[in-house]
Amino acid sequence: MNNVPVIHALIFAGALFAIGALGVIVRRNLVFVLMSIELMLIAASVAFIAAAAKWNQADGQVFYIFIVVTAAAEVAVGLSLLLRIHHTFKSVDSDDVSLLREEGER
Amino acid sequence: MSELLWIVALAPFIGAFTLAIFGASMPKKIAGAVGCTSVGISWVCAVILGLNYTQPQEVSIGWINVSWLQVDIGLRLDTLSLAWMEVVTLVGLLIHLYASQSMYDEDGYSRFFCYMNLFVGSMLTLALASNLLLLYLGWEGVGLCSYLLIGFWYKGVVNCDSARKAFIVTRIGDTALAIALFILAWHYRTLGMQAIINGAPPVAATLVALLILGGAVGKSAQIPLHTWLPDAMAGPSPVSALIHAATMVTAGVYLIARLGNLFLASPAAMLAVAVVGTVTLLYAGLSALTQRDIKRVLAYSTISQIGYMFLALGVGAWNAAVFHFVTHAFFKALLFLSAGVVVDAQNHEHDIFKMGGLRRALPVAFWTFMIGAASLCALPFITAGFYSKEAILGAVHTSQAGAGWMLACGLIGSLLTAAYTSRTVLVVFFGEQKMEVSKRPGGLVVFALVVLSVLSIIGFVGWPKLHLGESSEQMLVVVSTVLVLCGIGSAYVYFSRRQLSEAFAAWPFGNALHRLSLSGFGFDWLYQRTIVNPLKAIAHANRRDIIDAFYTGLAGAARAGESLCKLMQTGRVRNYAAGLVFGAIIIAYIVAVR
Repeated sequence: MNNVPVIHALIFAGALFAIGALGVIVRRNLVFVLMSIELMLIAASVAFIAAAAKWNQADGQVFYIFIVVTAAAEVAVGLSLLLRIHHTFKSVDSDDVSLLREEGER
Repeated sequence: MSELLWIVALAPFIGAFTLAIFGASMPKKIAGAVGCTSVGISWVCAVILGLNYTQPQEVSIGWINVSWLQVDIGLRLDTLSLAWMEVVTLVGLLIHLYASQSMYDEDGYSRFFCYMNLFVGSMLTLALASNLLLLYLGWEGVGLCSYLLIGFWYKGVVNCDSARKAFIVTRIGDTALAIALFILAWHYRTLGMQAIINGAPPVAATLVALLILGGAVGKSAQIPLHTWLPDAMAGPSPVSALIHAATMVTAGVYLIARLGNLFLASPAAMLAVAVVGTVTLLYAGLSALTQRDIKRVLAYSTISQIGYMFLALGVGAWNAAVFHFVTHAFFKALLFLSAGVVVDAQNHEHDIFKMGGLRRALPVAFWTFMIGAASLCALPFITAGFYSKEAILGAVHTSQAGAGWMLACGLIGSLLTAAYTSRTVLVVFFGEQKMEVSKRPGGLVVFALVVLSVLSIIGFVGWPKLHLGESSEQMLVVVSTVLVLCGIGSAYVYFSRRQLSEAFAAWPFGNALHRLSLSGFGFDWLYQRTIVNPLKAIAHANRRDIIDAFYTGLAGAARAGESLCKLMQTGRVRNYAAGLVFGAIIIAYIVAVR
C-alpha cells in the first residue's frame, strides 16, 4: 500500500469523478445518470481512503462506510423515483421530464 | 361669555356633519330644519356676543407645536370680526330660510344644506380665526363650498365648467396668499393675529402686501382675476346671494382690513389696492350695462361694489369699507333673492329681455327688488347704500392717499350703477308682460325678502357718520345725487324711446361697443388664448409625460433582464447539472489560485 504514491490515488479519484460528472451531464437515460452519480461517490471514497493511508488515520475509512451507506440510501430513493417517472412519462429519458420551465418555451 | 364663540363657529359645522351622514335618509322637512337651526343657533350666539361686546377677546386650544412655530385653533373677536360674524350669521340665516322653501322641489335638498352649512362654518372660521393659518383654512373652505355649490346642478356641463373655473382662478390668488403667509411666519416666528397686527411690519412689506392683495383679488373677483364671478351665476340663486354677493367675495376686503398695518407700511401697496378698486368698479359698471342675464348684471354689480370697497381700503378708510360691506351684504343678498323669485316664476328664464311687466304679477319681488335696486343705486337719504357709498367717496375726497381721478372714477361709477340698475328694473318689471308666472313665492321666501328690505333701508343709522361740515363735502353729496338721478333718467329715456335704442344698435361703433361690453371687454377671450389654450397645448404635447418615460424605461429594462434569465430555465436536469459542475469548477479554480 505504501508503494503507491498518494498523488496517483488522487489523480485516479479525480479522473473517476470527472467521468461520473460527465456522465451525469451527457447521458439522457436516467439509469445511467444514477450510475454516474454512484461513480462520483466512489471517486470521493477513493480520495478519502488515499488520504487515510497518507496520514495513517482511520477516519477516512470510517467516512468510506458513511459514503457507502449514503450511496445505498440515495440509490433506493433514486430508483423509486425512476420507477415513478417511468410510470408517469412512459420513458426514462431525462429530457422528456422537463415540465419545470416556462410554458411554450423549449 | 367668550366660550359662546366656539358655538358660533361650530354649530354650522355640526349641522353640515349631521346632514352629510344622515341627510340622505332624512325627510326633506327635517333636513331643511337641521340646516336652518344650526345657522340659527350660530346667529343667536353671535347676537348675544355682539350685545355684550366690550373689548377684544380670544379663545384657543392647542393645535400645532413644532420647533419655533406654534399655532393654536383659536377664535378672536374684535370689532372687525364682530361685523363679519353678525353679517354672515344674519344673512346666512335669512338665506337658509329662503332656500328651505325655494329649493324644496330640487333633488339633493339635504346635500344643498350640507354645503351651505359647511360654507357658513368656513366663513365664520375665516372671519373669527385668531391666526393666519386657521384663516387660510377657512379661506380654502369657502373656496371649496363655492366650487361645490356652483356645480350643485352637476348634470349640466356648463355648471361644472363654471365651478372648475371659479376654483382654478381663485386658486391663483390663494397661491399668492400662501406665499405671503410663509414670509410672515418666517418674519414674525408666529402666525398669531395679535402679533402680526401689533408687530413691526416686515422688511419686505410691499412684497408681502402685494401678495396678500393677490389673494384678495382672486377671492373678491377684482381685475385681473374677476372672470370667475359672472360664470359662478350658474349656481342656484340662494348660493349666488350668500356666497357670490354677500359674504365670500368680500373675504378679500376682510383680509386687507385685517392686515391693515402691513398695507399702511407700504404706500405702493396701498396705491395698488386703490387702483385695482378704481379700475374694477369702472370696468364692471361698464360691463353690467349690457348684460342680458339678470344674474350676470347683478354679478358685475357685485364686482363693481367690491371695487368701491377696495378703493376705500386703498385710501385707508377701513371703516367706510366695512360699512359698505355691511350694507352691500344686505341689499345685494336681497337683489339676488328677489331675482331668484323672478327666475323661478319665469320657468328658469334668465334673459331679462324675455321677461317684462312683472310689476303687477309679482308685487313682492317687484317691491323688494326696487328697494334693493334703490340701495344699490345709492338713492339719496332713504337707502343704506347711499350712506355707505357717500362714506367711501367722502373718504377718498378727504384722505391724503386719495387722488382727484379716483374720486372722479368713483362718481362716474355711481352714474353707471344707477344706469344699469334702472335698466334691469325697467326691462324686467315694466312694459308688457311676456310670460305667465309659473311659481309664486311662499311665506318663508317673503319673510326673508322683507327682513332684508328693512335692513337695506335702515341705513339711517349711518346718518351721524355722514358729516357735512365742509362745503366741499356738501358739494360731493349734491354731485353724486345729481349723477345718480342722471343715471336713472338716462336709463328711463333710453328704454322708453324705442327709436333711440334702435339708432344706437344701427350705429356700427355703438354696436361694436355693445358687443365689447357684453363680452366683459374680452377678458375671457384673452385668457382663453394667452393662458388656457397654450396650457392645453402643452398638456396635449406632454400627454405621455416626459418624467414618466424614466420609470417606464426602468420597468422595460427589468423586463428585458427577466426574459434573458428565463432562457436558463430549460427544465432539463442535464443543463442544471452542467451548471452545477461548471460553477464548482470555477469556485475550485478561485480557491486553488489564491
